[in-house]
Amino acid sequence: MHIMEGFLPWQWCLFWYIVALPVVAYGVIQMKKITDKNPESKPLLAVSGAFIFILSSLKLPSVTGSCSHPTGTGLGGVLFGPAITSVLGAIVLLFQAILLAHGGLTTLGANIFSMGIVGPVVAWLVYKGIQKAGGHPLLGIFFAAALADLMTYVTTAIQLSLAFPVPSFAAAFNNFMYIFAITQIPLAIAEGLLTVVIFDYIMKLKPDILENLKVIAPKVKEKIQAVV
Amino acid sequence: MDSKYYIVILALVAIIAILPLAMYNGMGEDEGYFGGADDSAGTVVEETGYQPWFSSIWEPPSGEIESLLFALQAAIGAIIIGYVLGYYNGQAKERRKQQKKE
Repeated sequence: MHIMEGFLPWQWCLFWYIVALPVVAYGVIQMKKITDKNPESKPLLAVSGAFIFILSSLKLPSVTGSCSHPTGTGLGGVLFGPAITSVLGAIVLLFQAILLAHGGLTTLGANIFSMGIVGPVVAWLVYKGIQKAGGHPLLGIFFAAALADLMTYVTTAIQLSLAFPVPSFAAAFNNFMYIFAITQIPLAIAEGLLTVVIFDYIMKLKPDILENLKVIAPKVKEKIQAVV
Repeated sequence: MDSKYYIVILALVAIIAILPLAMYNGMGEDEGYFGGADDSAGTVVEETGYQPWFSSIWEPPSGEIESLLFALQAAIGAIIIGYVLGYYNGQAKERRKQQKKE
């Protein structure tokens, strides 16, 4: 999903910076608020960031024959919400842009928008939706993480088609969707499965933090503690 | 979920990662396989006649250095997750011990 350095016209670079920066700024404020109110959530915040670090460094082969990587933003999106996760995503993308020539400084705004904002927003909405519908938290986290991953790549495809509607937006979109989204489907499933494992483990060890963050309902917590 | 299912799930993930390697066994980058999706998108963009107007301020000088930095990135993440979850695990064990005593 990394749009390479210089591969967006400057107007689009500026546009995506303007869209992404307020969210990241809001995320920094939120992050301070949540760690002040809930100091014990700090290690979990570190885990969410670290999860993005690991998953976005793993370039995996896919059935289309090209390689791509998961994003890892679903976990943070569900635990801390989209704004805070956008900060974590921005840190990872900055690291990759400066040290790995992966993504870039000019395209950072666009990449933060797809991976740091759209992904976590999708994760958060899907998780809350499944929770409201009475679904099991693990079912919620699976679809949240998998769809966050997939939608991040769909967003990149849209961003590139908007900037390069050659010969038309629809044709370009088709093209970029094949490159990004089809490749991403199996990887999104893999990311969903991995996120289920780490989420389940956290839920078992620290259900009270998840309850404080309003990720799981008190009833669910009691059930888990009865099992453990 | 019982932790024994973790193995099953992780095995599934491994299958998803290995399957393409088996499907395109014997193919390599020269045949157009296993390249990065990001790069193929870059190629498509360049085909429209677009000239990138800015290039990276620093690039890893070789594939070796690049894999070093990617491994470093994953290692930083893994250390943090291992440390925190290990700490949580110890806390949970201690809590259970205390509960048993009471």
